[in-house]
Amino acid sequence: MTTPAGVPERLTGLVGALRAHGVRVGTGETVDAARAVEALGLADRELLREGLAATLLHGTGHRTVFDPVFDLYFPRGIGAPGTGAADREELRDRLAEALAADDRALMARLAAEAVDGLGGYGSSPDSDGWSAYQTLDRLRPQTLLARVRTGVRERNGGGGPEFADRLLDDEIRRRIEAFRAMVGSEARRRVAERRDRDMLARRAVRPTADRVDFLFAGRDQLAELRRAAQPLARKLATRLAARRRRAARGTIDLRRTLRGSLSTGGVPMRPVLRRRRPVRPELVLLCDVSGSVSGFSDFTMLLVQALHDQFSKVRVFAFVNRIDEVTALLDHGTADPEGLSARIGAEATLTGWHGSSDYGVALGEFAERYGDAVGPRTTVFVLGDARTNQSDPNLPAVRRIAERARRVYWLNPEQRSQWGTGDSAAPAYAELVEMHECRTARQLSGLVGRLLPV
Amino acid sequence: MFSSVDDVSARLAETGYLASPAVATTVFLADRLGKPLLVEGPAGVGKTELAKAVAQVADARLVRLQCYEGVDESRALYEWNHAKQLLRISAGRDESWDEARTDIFSEEFLLPRPLLTAIRGDDPKVLLIDETDKADVEVEGLLLEVLSDFQVTVPELGTVTATRRPFVVLTSNASRELSEALRRRCLFLHIGFPEEELERRIVRLKVPGLSEALTESVVRVIGALRAMDLRKVPSVAETIDWARTLLALGADTLDETVVRDSLGVILKHQDDIQKAAAKLDLDAL
Repeated sequence: MTTPAGVPERLTGLVGALRAHGVRVGTGETVDAARAVEALGLADRELLREGLAATLLHGTGHRTVFDPVFDLYFPRGIGAPGTGAADREELRDRLAEALAADDRALMARLAAEAVDGLGGYGSSPDSDGWSAYQTLDRLRPQTLLARVRTGVRERNGGGGPEFADRLLDDEIRRRIEAFRAMVGSEARRRVAERRDRDMLARRAVRPTADRVDFLFAGRDQLAELRRAAQPLARKLATRLAARRRRAARGTIDLRRTLRGSLSTGGVPMRPVLRRRRPVRPELVLLCDVSGSVSGFSDFTMLLVQALHDQFSKVRVFAFVNRIDEVTALLDHGTADPEGLSARIGAEATLTGWHGSSDYGVALGEFAERYGDAVGPRTTVFVLGDARTNQSDPNLPAVRRIAERARRVYWLNPEQRSQWGTGDSAAPAYAELVEMHECRTARQLSGLVGRLLPV
Repeated sequence: MFSSVDDVSARLAETGYLASPAVATTVFLADRLGKPLLVEGPAGVGKTELAKAVAQVADARLVRLQCYEGVDESRALYEWNHAKQLLRISAGRDESWDEARTDIFSEEFLLPRPLLTAIRGDDPKVLLIDETDKADVEVEGLLLEVLSDFQVTVPELGTVTATRRPFVVLTSNASRELSEALRRRCLFLHIGFPEEELERRIVRLKVPGLSEALTESVVRVIGALRAMDLRKVPSVAETIDWARTLLALGADTLDETVVRDSLGVILKHQDDIQKAAAKLDLDAL
């Protein structure tokens, strides 16, 4: 292989970092990637990026991990941009111009200068570094909106207001967002020159959305998850159908086998299998939608709603400290998953005297008011962190629900080691019903595929 | 087939396919590394067109396998011509069993289907396996041998190996997750929506009569619609349709009436139309 020295090491380092983020890359793909490097050369960085992505990745979801990792291992440059200390006001002027012209190359250069001039902190060799947060905090690119708008108008020669101009603000906001991402990757690059690159690639690059903890996911990651609910449901539906087919290869029906054996002198030549009655199971979801776990509940509700044609009946209840049925809200809201939690908050009665969650009261109310929703064909899923805010967990109510239902599962978005700490009543509930840790979308899809009744 | 990535873009452009750098790079690599190309992306961004354009550039024959639910070995790979075999048997009455047996399982009685056609013969070919995700999982297993070694095993004949490897393109809309084994054998390419600049060039190429200012506005509005949370976001095909519609309507600038009247060309759901109208400050529909 005639690649320059250091490239194989960088490539294997890149592959290692991707693997640490859960992208499955085999040795064969690594070799292909090296051949791609050879064929493409190292002259054009963007070609190299696309080439490596084509050989190493197998799906679209991994691209969000790949791009920042690539930036770390094949950086745009080395060291400071070498333009000297940048003045904040002057930077802002130039940035406004670059945004107005939508000049990506210039924006990237400005990002480098901004991090160099405004992002540095600390002075001793071990505690210093570059911070994207600090850079953006000082530069405040989001306040440039009005200036950029006038800039664009002037550029267009000040003609009459065009129809497409009403979209201008959104376009500028997207450009600013792109600039913020550039600052982020630039700061990572500068830090990587000081610290261990491999470690940084594992820590500082955000994991793919399906591996983010529900409890710590940001707003845009939750939005990404909500968009992923439909495709995920499709995948799970196929898996459920396969399980159903397998389960249909039933057990031997002894009575009919023996009856059939009479014609062969009592020798059971042809075993008769028991016919399965196609019973579509019912599903009841009890979701804690209080602030702390609402991201998790939202996603799970959408997922189950998307799976509704797999079941004869799906009923969804939401609670904070009072419980209310929200099945109808999910139904007509399929086109708008964004506003789901707001609608649930507005249209259902979920809180009584106070605003914090109370599992005991809510579960008790469910057992009393909606007890008939649970029958011998019903599987109940409880979603929540089981943090009762020091009130009575009301174990008898849970026991009552568990006795009537076919199965009860509790999905807890907290780490298992946190169960039972502070006001968590998780261990007490776990004694009565099966409780599973469910921290990420990946875990959830695994659990749903396994636990959902067929 | 190609000398560089720029060569790929230039020659694809000659056939009327404007490729983004990502597309050109991956096509170049697929050719160099001799690996199949798996193309995913939303409907209407030109996945199938890519295969056709490559075939035209390479002056190769396009062999197409359209996948659907229930496509099987005899549709994809090969089939024995049963009727002809029967005729052969009844024609040669005086033969011994051995003669007849070796004869009826020869190439003459084999009906090649797309996969076998693609790897036989010396002329250049582009094999397009369209909508791979619509086929059943079992068919994927069938593809593995073809895609990794470019050979097909016919039990009665032996293994047919390609003397000249075809350029293989698989497309998928991701309605089903393809198996890891299949993905591993391919280069992966996601064709998303094009950048504004590229999309303007596409519109200019496909709808040459449209004025420059209008082209720019069209692409901007489409870009804004794609940023919204719609059930079905407009694709490149819709952009071109819309540009053609505007040309036919004789509009020279975008204004509220024109957009309102033609929104149905780009958006295919009533909810979407309402949402977009609200966002674009159109009066109530």
